[in-house]
Amino acid sequence: MSAATAPVATGGPETGYNFAYLDEQTKRMIRRTILKAVAIPGYQCPFGGREMPLPYGWGTGGIQVTASVLGADDTLKVIDQGADDTTNAVSIRRFFERTAGVATTERTEEATIIQTRHRIPEAPLREGQVLVYQVPIPEPLRWLEPRETESRKMHALAEYGAMHVRLYEDIAHHGQIATAYDYPVKVNGRYVTAPSPIPKFDNPKMHMNPAIQLFGAGREKRIYAIPPYTRVESLDFEDHPFEVQRWDEVCALCGSSESYLDEVITDDRGGHMFVCSDTYYCAERQAARPAAAAPWSEAGGSAK
Amino acid sequence: MYVAVKGGEKAILNSHRLIEDERRGDRGIPELSIAQIDEQLGLAVDRVMTEGSLYDRRLAALAIKQAQGDLIEAIFLLRAYRTTLPRFGASVPIDTGRMQVRRRISATYKDIPGGQVLGPTYDYTHRLLDFGLMDDEAERCQAVSAPAEVDAAMPRVTDLLGRDGLIEEETAEPDETPIADLTRDPLTFPAERPLRLQNLARGDEGFLLGLGYSTQRGYGRNHPFVGEIRLGEVAVEFVPEELGFPIELGEITVTECQMVNQFKGSKTKPAQFTRGYGLTFGHCERKAMSMALVDRALRCRELDEDATAPAQDEEFVMMHSDNVEASGFVQHLKLPHYVDFQAELVMVRSMRAAAGAKEAAE
Amino acid sequence: MSVDTQADAPLLEVQGLSKRFGAIQACRNISFDLWPGEVIGIVGESGSGKTTLLNCISARLAPDSGRVLYRTRHEGPADLNGMSEPARRMLMRTDWGFVHQDPREGLRMRVSAGANVGERLMALGARHYGNIRAEALDWLGMVEIDQTRVDDMPRTFSGGMLQRLQIARNLVTRPRLVFMDEPTGGLDVSVQARLLDLIRGLVADLGLSAVVVTHDLAVARMLSHRLMVMWRGSVVETGLTDQVLDDPHHPYTQLLVSSVLQP
Repeated sequence: MSAATAPVATGGPETGYNFAYLDEQTKRMIRRTILKAVAIPGYQCPFGGREMPLPYGWGTGGIQVTASVLGADDTLKVIDQGADDTTNAVSIRRFFERTAGVATTERTEEATIIQTRHRIPEAPLREGQVLVYQVPIPEPLRWLEPRETESRKMHALAEYGAMHVRLYEDIAHHGQIATAYDYPVKVNGRYVTAPSPIPKFDNPKMHMNPAIQLFGAGREKRIYAIPPYTRVESLDFEDHPFEVQRWDEVCALCGSSESYLDEVITDDRGGHMFVCSDTYYCAERQAARPAAAAPWSEAGGSAK
Repeated sequence: MYVAVKGGEKAILNSHRLIEDERRGDRGIPELSIAQIDEQLGLAVDRVMTEGSLYDRRLAALAIKQAQGDLIEAIFLLRAYRTTLPRFGASVPIDTGRMQVRRRISATYKDIPGGQVLGPTYDYTHRLLDFGLMDDEAERCQAVSAPAEVDAAMPRVTDLLGRDGLIEEETAEPDETPIADLTRDPLTFPAERPLRLQNLARGDEGFLLGLGYSTQRGYGRNHPFVGEIRLGEVAVEFVPEELGFPIELGEITVTECQMVNQFKGSKTKPAQFTRGYGLTFGHCERKAMSMALVDRALRCRELDEDATAPAQDEEFVMMHSDNVEASGFVQHLKLPHYVDFQAELVMVRSMRAAAGAKEAAE
Repeated sequence: MSVDTQADAPLLEVQGLSKRFGAIQACRNISFDLWPGEVIGIVGESGSGKTTLLNCISARLAPDSGRVLYRTRHEGPADLNGMSEPARRMLMRTDWGFVHQDPREGLRMRVSAGANVGERLMALGARHYGNIRAEALDWLGMVEIDQTRVDDMPRTFSGGMLQRLQIARNLVTRPRLVFMDEPTGGLDVSVQARLLDLIRGLVADLGLSAVVVTHDLAVARMLSHRLMVMWRGSVVETGLTDQVLDDPHHPYTQLLVSSVLQP
């Protein structure tokens, strides 16, 4: 986060707009909200979200957070579903290339700011990196209590019994906790928080992560944060502990048995294969392996 | 061998070219000008300015052209532009009592000081397609020049009622009270009326129309009468700090609807009529009326009425009235959800496997 | 079972409680004590103020004047109005129960019977699914609901079952005080009788204190040790249940009793 060194109010490559689109007052307001969010881990701070030139639900919250912490010497990576080249990731990356002229990258370790939708990169993050999540519904209690006035009170009083009622129902009816993504977590032992619709596979990566994790919900006008090295526990029962997804297969391209896999339908006769959802991670692994090696078959072992 | 799909960037650029091409359509047909849209699709411009909350006919017309006539898309374009504008300050509240009225009707009194002025309205047209309009060369009729002197003094009907104490008083917030600004601060609940009115003014016409209609059908009934609808031009004044007195910046066209509603009275208030208020840029009568109905419905709390209907539920109404928010979130379902869907797939498969195993064991 | 078994001090003290709605005086200067293990019945016709009184003493409504003191487990008597909201809400879901006339108001209709019973346990930090479920099953048994129905939704239950489920949901945290608002209202006579038996048994077995609001003198006679008769916002007569019902002194009580005995 090198916003302090950012040139103030100089136009980016797109003339007519301020650096990274938002005006400096708005950025300051958002940075103040971020500071508050970092000070109260997992607490949803209301902020005066602006109308962005991208539609609500398409990452406006994440974009505002990124725009506010972005400096001229930052390197930005944008992923959607783990991939750098999905249309929405491309669109947001182009937005910042045009309005801020910052360097962009696909390399996770090179990026100082990573904006993401629905995934946490497979490669471990390090201190100094900022992970910005796009959040559609920031309120984990929304499905139990649609009323903002009541859900805020439940947070204030830490009345979270109803969250476990939901998990209880899952087990009673399905024999297991049936929440597969946006799996609720408790941050720093206090606030129950929505991790955004990342698969629960990624939940453990949030725990004690050295990077700053910032969450922006544009339509709902909320920002929340998980500071570095903060406890993040996924809600569960002692006798039904939290578990992540597993696949019997490995990635058909790089052979990884440790990454989150996307299923790809290859024909209309039931043929399908699995590939890493994190495209950069997968490409790195493919590049590192001997050129002659054949793609991994389903029976293939994992590559290390 | 499988290769992951690439080329999102190129696809986006090509898609942009396609819409540009489609927007222009058949090159043999003259291109629409902004002035044409402004002049000939004026009501669309009015709606876009109202819900885009920016009074600029030229930019609204541009947005309509750019959006190929998709008004919600045009509203979005205008809103996104609006947020980037610096703000100099707040104008003096407009005074619709000093409006140069072009249309003014009341459903509560047959005759009112200043008279009823029908003005331009589709109300009494027969909705027959006018095939004469197919010919774009034909001469169009000219309105008979300005109707015989519209009365300059045109008191608001609600003020007339107020003189006899028959309608609740409209008390202005004291000058010191900062007025909440929906476009700068996040919405919080419970919301006071100024904030609710801001939200309704920007709200989607269709959504408010449906809600207003629902109150008439019994879902939060409030016995409305159109006290007055007036359309015309009002001056916008601003007090520059260095001058200390208001100067006129220009004038804008607005539609105002004052709904008069029945009220039985409560433990603290004697029976009185109550108000619902609607105001729009330009000529948006349907919107102004719907807004007034919903405004009145949302006042149930202060008037000690039971809140039982959707139109009386401020969280429900205010959280869902904005079409830019609604449209974005509904349409975001088009974005890839591979990861979440995969998570569900794994879940459903494992549940089915567990069920299968259980059945086999039994 | 409870830490506090001081039988020599009241559990709830109501002192000079008044509440008005506009011109209507719903409760006028009402005072009474409720002792551990005691059940007080509040009777009166509709509009007499008994439900308002119940809402005021259960912290669901703030009185205009007067005090309600509750003897908490660890800190002795506390004024409900002066208590912080978290403390009050905590009391409501642990040490107290509230049985609504319409069980739908007190239940989560969209989650199973088991989850309904288990919710309070989870709110208190229970995190072992198996134990929560076992306790829910126990309680279903205690309120005579077939244990195989544990995963069924409340909407598939009959009125009497719903009321018993609501009672189980309230009692699972072993509260010391239960408020009941017409607990048998809206049920068939035969169902009522069975429910009354059940409530009486549970109250005795668990040593509960209770305040029962009812317009049905038969219910009052069956459940309560003491009776308060309300009329137009005031308590007009109070005493041991049998004494009040068999030898009513106030003319209104006499009318109330006679109207039941001679239909």
